[in-house]
Amino acid sequence: MTTGTLPRRTTTARPPLPSTLRSGVLRGGAELRMFFRSKEAVLFTFSFPAIILLLLGSINSGEATEGVPMSRVLTASMIAYGILSTAFINIGVGIAADREDGSLKRLRGTPVTAGAYFTGKVILVAVATVAEVAVLLAVGVLAFDLDLPTEPGKWLTFAWVLALSVIACTLLGIAASALTRSARSAGAVLNVPVLALQFISGVFVYVGSLPKAMVDVAAFFPVRWMAQSFRAVFLPDSMAAGEVAGTWQLGTAALVLGAWCVVGTVLCLLTFRWTDRRAG
Amino acid sequence: MNAIEVHGLRKTYGANTAVAGVDLVVREGEVFALLGPNGAGKTTTTEILEGYRERDGGEVRVLGQDPATAGRHWRAELGIVLQTATDSAELSVRETVRQFAGYYPDPRGVDEVIELCGLTAKAGARISSLSGGQRRRVDVALGIIGRPRLLFLDEPTTGFDPEARRQFWDLVRALAREGTTILLTTHYLDEAEALADRLAVIAAGRIVAEGTPFTVGGRDTAPATVTWTDVSGAHEVRTVDPVGAVTNLARRGPVSGLQVRQPSLEDIYLDLIGAKA
Repeated sequence: MTTGTLPRRTTTARPPLPSTLRSGVLRGGAELRMFFRSKEAVLFTFSFPAIILLLLGSINSGEATEGVPMSRVLTASMIAYGILSTAFINIGVGIAADREDGSLKRLRGTPVTAGAYFTGKVILVAVATVAEVAVLLAVGVLAFDLDLPTEPGKWLTFAWVLALSVIACTLLGIAASALTRSARSAGAVLNVPVLALQFISGVFVYVGSLPKAMVDVAAFFPVRWMAQSFRAVFLPDSMAAGEVAGTWQLGTAALVLGAWCVVGTVLCLLTFRWTDRRAG
Repeated sequence: MNAIEVHGLRKTYGANTAVAGVDLVVREGEVFALLGPNGAGKTTTTEILEGYRERDGGEVRVLGQDPATAGRHWRAELGIVLQTATDSAELSVRETVRQFAGYYPDPRGVDEVIELCGLTAKAGARISSLSGGQRRRVDVALGIIGRPRLLFLDEPTTGFDPEARRQFWDLVRALAREGTTILLTTHYLDEAEALADRLAVIAAGRIVAEGTPFTVGGRDTAPATVTWTDVSGAHEVRTVDPVGAVTNLARRGPVSGLQVRQPSLEDIYLDLIGAKA
């Protein structure tokens, strides 16, 4: 530290406060750097779905049905896992960590708004999810001969399913962060619903082979509709016959995912807090 | 104008009363130290002033506003140096300081602050690679980057080596010269004595004494201890007039080992918090 005198503050009026958007973009840049520089985040949050896809796809080398290999079905379904990982788990663990390590408290002591903080998280989720989906599709194309759809309609479906899925998972991740006691436990706690729902929603196994009771329960949660809609995008339409209702049910998927966005928003508003009350 | 005004502040956690009627005035431009043992209510009081906690009773004005309802413009004029943050581990020092500079309307220069905090050599290093004392300097850098009118320093030099503490004191003095009001909580009495214009001692949720480092708790009027040795042996006298006592000694003839000891701030402090029975 130096002992020199500091320049005097000017007595004129101060410039206006930075906008929430500007602060949010700044925060987003920091979030991205922190995420992609963290070995834990890159390995467990980002790479894990692709590793699981490689393993499951290689193990299930046979056909699902209709001459379509199971690995291709898995690739489509596991985009849902990618989003769960980079949106739901990433946000749930990330906010718990921010609360624990003092990030939130420090930001609370600055002019940064809650909106700017969440803008930063949204930027992180958006970039990480796009990269995640790209990696999963690359694994599908390179390892399992996945054909990417050529019809614009399929990509339009992909875009809105992706958007609704990311929004719902992010909001639910923010809400779930309030339930976790520490960043360390958050990863374990959040993985329970993520893994369980994927089993009963036909992500890890072919949906046609699941007991009816399971898929009925799964119908209440977003994961089944995410996976089903991504299958609608990346599998031939003849495969719809293997689904629960015998069709892709994209309208229902939109309604359920939209409803979870609303539920997630309400839960966020009810549960978010800047600091950990338990820390006293 | 007063930077901080507190009247009858109270805060309870369940059956435990953390703050039991604190009155406090910190004038603008002043370095004010809040001393007290752990659990005395220091952190609760400062966190209410910083807007982190809600109070149960009393009046609080910080830079003219009530922290419970003050908004972003108010926060832009505060600098807060937290005690235990371990965030931003994967970012470099410069990236972190630059990020926070962007949150304020009129920040200091990023490199200027890094230099002021003695971090120039570490500007490109990841925060996770810093020592505890260096990490603390980053906290200070983030506290002053927004050019605050009022700076809260919560035990800022914990983990500093003696040289780093002296350098930090120089930084605090420079900020004070610039007109920044500083509320300092510390365990180090020499730090309070070196930096504070005024200080208060808090114990069991109450302010038990207030004054300058040289008058607090009656330090200036408390009896001094004069000790000396002469032909008849060692002597010790407690007197409110040590100068008179020494003058008398000088008339009586040769003495050796003459010492006049005024109570130190530590003596006064330990007395005030009841650590000395």
